[in-house]
Amino acid sequence: MAKYIVKRLAQSLILVILVACLTFLLMNLVPGGPFLSEKSPSPEVLAAMEAKYGLDQPLPIQLKNYVVNMFKGDFGVSLKMQKNRPVILIIKEMFPVSAKIGLIALVMAVTIGIPLGCISAYYRGTRIDSALRVVMTLGISVPSFVIATLLLLLFCVKFQLLPSMGLNGWENYILPCTALSFYPMCYTGRLARSSMLDAINQDYIRTAKAKGASTKAIIFKHALRNALIPVLTYLGPLTAFILSGGFVVETVFSIPGLGRYFIQSILNRDYPIIMATTIFLAALVIFMNLVVDIMYRVVDPRIDITKGGN
Amino acid sequence: MIRSGNQMFTLKPDYNKLPDGIEFQEDDFLTASEEDKENFIEKAPSVSYWKDAWRRLKHNRVAVVALAILFVIVFFAFIGPLFFEADYTTQVRGSENLGPSLSHPFGTDKFGRDLMIRTMYGSRVSLIVGVCASLIVLVIGTVYGSISGYLGGRVDSVMMRFLDLIYSVPDILVVLLLSTVIHQPLQAWCNTSHSGLASSLVTLGPGLISIFVAFGLLYWVSMARIIRGQVLMLKQMEYVTAARALGASRTRIIRRHLWPNCIGQIIVTTCLQIPSAIFLESFLSFLGIGVSAPMTSLGAIAADALGGIYSYPYRLVIPSIILSLMILSLNLFGDGLRDALDPRLKK
Repeated sequence: MAKYIVKRLAQSLILVILVACLTFLLMNLVPGGPFLSEKSPSPEVLAAMEAKYGLDQPLPIQLKNYVVNMFKGDFGVSLKMQKNRPVILIIKEMFPVSAKIGLIALVMAVTIGIPLGCISAYYRGTRIDSALRVVMTLGISVPSFVIATLLLLLFCVKFQLLPSMGLNGWENYILPCTALSFYPMCYTGRLARSSMLDAINQDYIRTAKAKGASTKAIIFKHALRNALIPVLTYLGPLTAFILSGGFVVETVFSIPGLGRYFIQSILNRDYPIIMATTIFLAALVIFMNLVVDIMYRVVDPRIDITKGGN
Repeated sequence: MIRSGNQMFTLKPDYNKLPDGIEFQEDDFLTASEEDKENFIEKAPSVSYWKDAWRRLKHNRVAVVALAILFVIVFFAFIGPLFFEADYTTQVRGSENLGPSLSHPFGTDKFGRDLMIRTMYGSRVSLIVGVCASLIVLVIGTVYGSISGYLGGRVDSVMMRFLDLIYSVPDILVVLLLSTVIHQPLQAWCNTSHSGLASSLVTLGPGLISIFVAFGLLYWVSMARIIRGQVLMLKQMEYVTAARALGASRTRIIRRHLWPNCIGQIIVTTCLQIPSAIFLESFLSFLGIGVSAPMTSLGAIAADALGGIYSYPYRLVIPSIILSLMILSLNLFGDGLRDALDPRLKK
């Protein structure tokens, strides 16, 4: 197990470095390179940049310097958005805001989505099931910006119940978190339903029924545990959904988080911020995938992932 | 008499056990005449795979309704603009910010452009992006998956490792990154060259191009996995062994024997790829990174409407509903298609 964790950690680290290299090389396709904006920066800034990243040096050495500096937590300074402020400080300031909303949405998605899926599977073929399936299919068909803007329209414009922007109190969190969690919730629900149906048809469920276990015990003790494993493996992609949903939701509700800032930096072409945020968010998703893989192993000892894929 | 193992069977009917009311005449055992044969064929016509699938699909009410809605949207997007002289760029002075009326059913925007015509063109962009991106996925995914599955062994495991690598890169970040990177070189290239290709690439804009590139780079992974699984199963079949024994080359076996047999899976996966491409396009356009003005898409129309949400809420609601309806019908139709083409998968 320890060997496996070390191996996966090393793999993930290599992947993050690969992503960083790719980002750097792609950004070098931009005329003038990523550290120079379209208008040339002031001579002092230019000199400082050239000294730090060796912009006069060959590309491989620049790349090496960028990656080494990255591990020291130095992503360069912002060119336009917050001129000359280190990018790492900006990420440190913005990320907690996004993380808080994202985490609440993730918890909401899982704690509501899984029970919904289980209820739907339990009442398979009945009205309850078809109603829930319609809602869940609708949920994965409606883009996050539609959910976000319709919630905004309904609760802020029409009835003026909730604040439309900022993060001053708890009531500011209701709409963004609902909008953000809707898609992952329905996605989790659908997954939970199908894996619950798989679990219900297994032999051990019939055994449990035969020995006289109550329905409640069968569902919660036997079926649910095994049904949760496929759902668990989707926590990685789920994080990615929340991330991309965050870009939209933070933009719609004007939340000063990293997602909205990332989009703004793309629109403003502030390249150091774009690069740093891309690498940071990619590392986050890769890390979540790592955690999921390890959890998978802990939860289901039948799967011996150390033996390689099949 | 037929001897099979230790048991004995007889082909002679057991007269004693026939139920009452059934009696055989001598002429029941005569060979059928030509007329009889023709009648027999007429009574039970053979049903092809497609006819069978279509019959199943027709009985699926949800899928039929979804298909009907899709037809309406396609009509709206492609035929609709033909009825109007104005197009998505036409600005009419003096009719800015009108509400819905007879001459402008969806109203006009702040430049005096008719919103219904813009919505038509927007839906058209969404549909075209969805279909084209899915075709890219179809080609790359099918070829990659079948090569990996058919060759097997070390080649397969290396190819699958590569898939895992691609799978773990967050796709949305790649799209955003690509659109940023493509933007300036594209503009620079178009300013210098005046060829038809350059101008059409500008109309597309860096956002849409990066969507296509990203679909070509990343999104075919799930398609390749599905096709690989199918090919792994199908290549064990006797007809593949037979084809190999007859000296068919690998390419021929893949093209003539394996692909036709996973056509159902290929179609369904491609079909379900369309809504995800539309999803991505509207997402990017909403954030202002997708289509570039004056071209528009449903996401861009919604984004424009966000500024006037207090005064003109319908501007936001209409494109949102059309977009959601489009994706929902595509999803439902794809599900129906899966049930129809491959009833074994039905849950």
